[in-house]
Amino acid sequence: MTKAKQSPSMQITKATYKQLASRFQPKRNVLLNSWRAFWVGGTICLFGQILQNFYINVFDFTEKTASNPTVATLIFLSVLLTGLGVYDNIGQYAGAGSAVPVTGFANSIASAAIEHRSEGFVLGVGGNMFKLAGSVIVFGVVAAFVAGIVKSLFGLA
Amino acid sequence: MRTDLAVPRRKLGKQTWKFSDHTRLVASAVVVGPKEGEGPLRPYYDKVYPDMYAGQSSWEKAEQHLMEEAIAIALEKGKLGKHQIDLILGGDLLNQNITTSFTAELLGIPLLGMYGACSTSMLTLANAAALVDAGYADYVVAACSSHNASAERQYRYPTEYGGQKPPSAQWTVTGAGAAVVGRGDSGLLISCATLGKVIDMGITDPYDMGSAMAPAAVSTLAAHFTDTGRRPQDYDLIVTGDLAAVGYPIAKELMRKEGFELDHVYNDCGLMVYSPEQNVFAGASGCASSAAVTYGYIVSQLLSGHWKKVLVCATGALLSPVSYQQGHSIPCVAHAVSLEAP
Repeated sequence: MTKAKQSPSMQITKATYKQLASRFQPKRNVLLNSWRAFWVGGTICLFGQILQNFYINVFDFTEKTASNPTVATLIFLSVLLTGLGVYDNIGQYAGAGSAVPVTGFANSIASAAIEHRSEGFVLGVGGNMFKLAGSVIVFGVVAAFVAGIVKSLFGLA
Repeated sequence: MRTDLAVPRRKLGKQTWKFSDHTRLVASAVVVGPKEGEGPLRPYYDKVYPDMYAGQSSWEKAEQHLMEEAIAIALEKGKLGKHQIDLILGGDLLNQNITTSFTAELLGIPLLGMYGACSTSMLTLANAAALVDAGYADYVVAACSSHNASAERQYRYPTEYGGQKPPSAQWTVTGAGAAVVGRGDSGLLISCATLGKVIDMGITDPYDMGSAMAPAAVSTLAAHFTDTGRRPQDYDLIVTGDLAAVGYPIAKELMRKEGFELDHVYNDCGLMVYSPEQNVFAGASGCASSAAVTYGYIVSQLLSGHWKKVLVCATGALLSPVSYQQGHSIPCVAHAVSLEAP
């Protein structure tokens, strides 16, 4: 027979609880996750390279100008896959592999736009589209600004 | 304290309410979405919608529709009309409890909106039983709902966002459960309820609710056994609401430390709603996790006489997106209700 203590008052401290709880955390397979991120991310980039070569060889773009239609095509495909409800599944499988390339950036914008469509075009779609991508843009611009200052100060231009 | 003002004692210990034998769960109903319908408890649901929109134009309207349906079916099963219901106690996970309020507006019955995150199922049931037992109402509906997509939007990221979730994450159940509580001699006995304290053991990861909620469940369960003098072995089944694969073994371990062996009688609703092949990370969560299992499966097993006594301890994580972004740890609560075969 089990016997109740007088006060069931959680004698355990926060620190010891964190230790206890961490023992029950499911193991994350870092190696497998890295491999998945590597092959999916790599495949996306390989596909981008194929696109770029295609634009250079078929449409007379230069190596520099071909990047615009290449990125546009990748963004279009990513938004399409987001709309079809596929990209989030790829993201769960590949992690950073599908989040880091431009397709992940497009997904973050498209998914927010779709999600907030029910709140209207202005306050919903317009107001929330950059909810996730906004900080990427903000800190991207800040980083570029700092890099630009460093470059001109040290006369690297 | 004036002793001449004494009322009949209905309190056991510090946290437990004892109800009379005439406080009954008259009828209950569960309505769920497609993924839940593919789960092992399919035969116990009253209605399964094949799509997440349930024929509505938004996730929020879909969730409201699920709650309306659950209440309508529960009333039908109890052979009761809307006019016989005095009060609705309800709650959900959306800002300002809109699912519940909008549903109550359509029904035209007085509402007490309640928020206990995923513990709302037993929070509302306990209060419904208390109000009926005290004579403030003849019939009370206790209802709650959650919707995977509306909860994702409320607490996390857009549904189609391709971020990776860790294995300790949980899958919010799309569904609604409703129970009608009344005075009488038919239906399941609601024998007692133990209301929980808010417990925060310093867990900050919103993708690890099981670890955050386990101590709250243990606090309430231990209080229940101490207050009532019952032992875990007195029950055919003890379930927690949505601790899932991470929180379940922690709760078991903590209960052992408190001096209670739960071994054979203990399960978790978060592990019962889906089968492991359904890719739901650690398991189910949401108000509808405990509601779907309790108002469907458990009620039917008690009615058929398969079980005599079941304790449902619904667990809720009381965080908000603002609180965890500001670095606050996750306070949790659990409420337990004991259901018995007639």
